[in-house]
Amino acid sequence: MDSPAVELIDLVKRYGGATAVDGLSMRAAAGAVTAVLGPNGAGKTSTIEICEGFRRADSGTVRVLGEPPATPALRPRVGVMLQAGGVPPAMRCAEWLRLVSRFHAHPLDPPALLARLGLAEHARTPFRRLSGGQQQRLSLAAAVIGRPELVFLDEPTAGLDPQARHACWDLVGELRAAGVSVVLTTHHMDEAERLADQVVIIDRGRVVAEGSPASLTGAERQLRFRARPGLALEELLNALPVGSVAKESPAGHYIIEGQVDPGLLATVTAWCAAEGVTADDLRIERRTLEDVFLELTGRELR
Amino acid sequence: MTTLDLTPAPGAAPLPRMVLAQAGAEVRATLRNGEQLLLTMIIPVLLLVGFSLAPLIDIGGGSRVGFLTPGVLALAIMSTAFTGQAIATGFERRYGVLKRLGATPLSRQGLMLAKTLAVLAVELVQVVVIVTVALALGWRPQGSFAAAALLVVLGTAAFSGLGLLMAGTLRAEATLAAANLVYLVLLGVGGVVFPLSKFPAGMRSVLELLPISALTSGLRTVLGAGALPLGAVAVLAAWAVVSLGLASHFFRWE
Repeated sequence: MDSPAVELIDLVKRYGGATAVDGLSMRAAAGAVTAVLGPNGAGKTSTIEICEGFRRADSGTVRVLGEPPATPALRPRVGVMLQAGGVPPAMRCAEWLRLVSRFHAHPLDPPALLARLGLAEHARTPFRRLSGGQQQRLSLAAAVIGRPELVFLDEPTAGLDPQARHACWDLVGELRAAGVSVVLTTHHMDEAERLADQVVIIDRGRVVAEGSPASLTGAERQLRFRARPGLALEELLNALPVGSVAKESPAGHYIIEGQVDPGLLATVTAWCAAEGVTADDLRIERRTLEDVFLELTGRELR
Repeated sequence: MTTLDLTPAPGAAPLPRMVLAQAGAEVRATLRNGEQLLLTMIIPVLLLVGFSLAPLIDIGGGSRVGFLTPGVLALAIMSTAFTGQAIATGFERRYGVLKRLGATPLSRQGLMLAKTLAVLAVELVQVVVIVTVALALGWRPQGSFAAAALLVVLGTAAFSGLGLLMAGTLRAEATLAAANLVYLVLLGVGGVVFPLSKFPAGMRSVLELLPISALTSGLRTVLGAGALPLGAVAVLAAWAVVSLGLASHFFRWE
């Protein structure tokens, strides 16, 4: 399929004087899972809510399944999971799902969907008495019950315990296998790495990187080990091929980046032997998405 | 593990099915809510029984239950169309329910239609209960039920407009407080229980322009074999046009 599920060109959204989305452009491929990553306040929710038709862009082009957002004909085709709320507190679990199912022509069976998400025993529980994770799962259920072509999930696994998180991941995997396009926001790098075909990292309202998880983390590998802090690395660097990087971060944790091959491993272990150092927990690994994310968006708290 | 067929098969349900589903959910929510039942059922019935049996008010002759029943019916209409709807909608807005429903195939017009149906259904229950109690207390209505129904519909429109205007512009907590306060004040000065003839003439001519007074006096006239009072119809229609117009212009969904 050529036409993307979502296409944004030069999207801008301001709230008063603050610019939340600052010329953002991205595409979410049809039939794929696209993860939008970013620190708090990066503009993730603003972007997704513009796509959902809840907010209007100040400028830029937005196309959702080829249509401008907020087109009434899009509503049955798009499933939405809000970050929180959206359900009357006194409404029972099963009642809410049955109500939403009645808005659709070919909905999933509400009891089967409740069972699938582990909510069957809470069918008669009012929304306000559900735990945070159960509320999230009910919202997820309501997003998919109408058998949409495209699903927007705003932080779908926030507050979920590991079992519920895996149940959610499984469902996203099944949606993808069934040909549904999924756009989700998340803080969890492991989630993006595991689920997404395409990752878009945004910061301060702009795209700072995008690509598959593998292309973002790169083929580049690292050698890591632990040893006593404060080793002098200059001599090791001299012994390594030009372009290699050796650093200690944090104290006692050493990272060697470059052409990680048997030769490099031998050089490092020989240097350790010469220094009288025992390298603990020595391993070769790829950069994680979290490394990439922190490199791009910085470590300071927002 | 249950397998679900997640293959896309999007489509909106037919509008009547969506509207009836939403209206049904709203009626159930109202009948399940204790505070709402207090306003919509218990207070009107207590006023009707209490003031009919005990000679606490001077209605200037005639049957007490004959005087009170139209007023209590008007109060019941106000409690559902205005107070109950304002509070429920205000909290739906606050909890993001209106926002979430905006992402379903149910359109805003469909949602408003569902709310109207739900209000009319609850009013029907109220009328049945109040009329049954009133008949048991010796009420003998006469006159045009069609004229009474017309007044009820106009009153519902006027009160719904005011309730939605409040719910769509104020914070949910402010709506809760203000809707209850307005209910109490209008109960006191709208001729529901205390006849407007007891107020000074200058004040009375102002109070007669309130929607509750127009509905109360209109119902009292038509259920007492009088002709449809055009003044009351005009007052209610004016409130309906203005309040619904303002509500549709100023209502904020989030």
